[in-house]
Amino acid sequence: MIRYVLKRVAELVPVLWAVITIAFFLARLAPGGPFDAERKAPPEALRQIEAYYKLDQPLWKQYASYLGGVVRGDFGPSFRKPGRTVTEWILLRLPVSLELGIYGLCVALVLGLAGGLAAALRPDSILDRTLNFASLLGICLPAFLLGPLLVLVFSLWLGWLPVAGWSTPAHKVLPSLTLGALYAAYLARLTRGSMLEVLGQDFIRAARARGLSEARVALVHALPGAMVPVSAFLGPAIAGLFTGSFVVETIFFIPGLGREFVEAAFNRDYTMVIGTVVVYAALVAALNLAADLVTAWLDPRIRLE
Amino acid sequence: MIRGGTTATRAKRHAAMLAAVAGVCVLGPWIWPYAPDAQDTLLGASAPSWRHWLGTDLLGRDLLARLMEGGRVSIGVGLAATAVSLVIGVAWGTIAGYAGGRTDRLMMRLVDVLYALPFTVFVIVLTVVFGRSLLLLFVAIGAVEWLTMARIVRAQTLSLKQSPFVEAVVLMGLSPLRILYRHVVPNLLGPVIVYATLTVPRVMLLEAFMSFLGLGVQPPMSSWGTLIRDGVEVMEEFPWLLLSPAVIFAMTLYSLNALGDALRDLLDPSEGGR
Repeated sequence: MIRYVLKRVAELVPVLWAVITIAFFLARLAPGGPFDAERKAPPEALRQIEAYYKLDQPLWKQYASYLGGVVRGDFGPSFRKPGRTVTEWILLRLPVSLELGIYGLCVALVLGLAGGLAAALRPDSILDRTLNFASLLGICLPAFLLGPLLVLVFSLWLGWLPVAGWSTPAHKVLPSLTLGALYAAYLARLTRGSMLEVLGQDFIRAARARGLSEARVALVHALPGAMVPVSAFLGPAIAGLFTGSFVVETIFFIPGLGREFVEAAFNRDYTMVIGTVVVYAALVAALNLAADLVTAWLDPRIRLE
Repeated sequence: MIRGGTTATRAKRHAAMLAAVAGVCVLGPWIWPYAPDAQDTLLGASAPSWRHWLGTDLLGRDLLARLMEGGRVSIGVGLAATAVSLVIGVAWGTIAGYAGGRTDRLMMRLVDVLYALPFTVFVIVLTVVFGRSLLLLFVAIGAVEWLTMARIVRAQTLSLKQSPFVEAVVLMGLSPLRILYRHVVPNLLGPVIVYATLTVPRVMLLEAFMSFLGLGVQPPMSSWGTLIRDGVEVMEEFPWLLLSPAVIFAMTLYSLNALGDALRDLLDPSEGGR
């Protein structure tokens, strides 16, 4: 097992190196520098700025010093937001995105598992059909539609919750719902299908024959087996929740990394864009790795490959 | 076969619905009296009425006409980007699968690496680099959406390679390229069509997402994504400007996904219904 973990961690290094390299050269490829926009700066000042950002050095030297910086956790100065380095901006914004992601995950787990279980226990009932429709709706309504619709109903028409912001718990309800809804819908469908499959198996019939209560059969005997495909889905889902919050953060004016990234993309703040991309890639890679390791731990056949 | 019959009707229903939406969007300029950019500033934003079935926006532009124009852009981007991903994915998958050995391992390893990247982040970076033009938007989307296609095509090519008819054309001495494009690719069409149908809604979603963030389709051109964004800005006073683009967009995505699923059940019975 330890060998397997080490092998998988070692595989991450070339992936992250590739991400840094691609992002770095893509940004340098871009036509027009970040400083030739609004007003024409005097050539002397421009030279100083370029020297400050090391833009006057040959490309390979910039690349080498950037790569060296990243290894030490230094993504360089921001092009558009002087005063703080990119690393400081990321450390300031990332916790908000992670918090939002965790709330979204809770929404997805609670709604998805409960909905899926309830539907599986009473297949083809009115409840099942209602939940089926709701989950289809959740899949077909992307966050940029669901978020505004929730705001329209709960903030503007009913006046129960604030429109935007990220301070009190009330502010966090709608963004978490918006972010978690899609995954709740997928989870509910997955749980329902998986539960129905397990409930049809012989050992369940045997448990029923022993006279166990239906609730005990479902929760103690069927549920653990039904969770295997669900746990496999969770790794990518968590990665999606942490990195998929651009829209939610934009709609609700949440000061997270997603909104920072979109803003940087608008302003062509290259160092910020590259830094954020690298952090996102590392986050996704780490989460996928964690999911694979859990699966390998559950199923020893995978480790032997 | 009863199940097949119902799946076929389901597929037909969704195909008909999509054809109707696309048809109305394309024919819009001939069948609807208002131009999408014709302003009526005296009228301003008005609720749905007999003259303007879906109402008008702040500048008095007819929303139905704008929806038709947005649909042409959204559907067009969806089809074009899917075509890009199709070409790259099929070429990559057949070459890797047919060549086998080290070439195959190297090519698929690259696909694995790209899979590990967060897609949307990558597309946003591409728009930063190449600017926000429509052409580059769908090239960028197509360039990141080909990975699954490449995997599916490679797996199919691997199994086709073993089949007697491919051995026969190899023995006949045809060149590898000719074998690939005359004999292998035509036999891949089933799964490729299914996956392409499922790629279109993914691409349209990505386009709308980018347009919503302001990084996609730029004014004066509009897509369903930009109409939704415009609707969100004024949803408190004029909710109909948000609701009708939202409904048509969600319905189209749903139909495309349902059509793709139905086609998969029809063309690939081994997978079965999920």
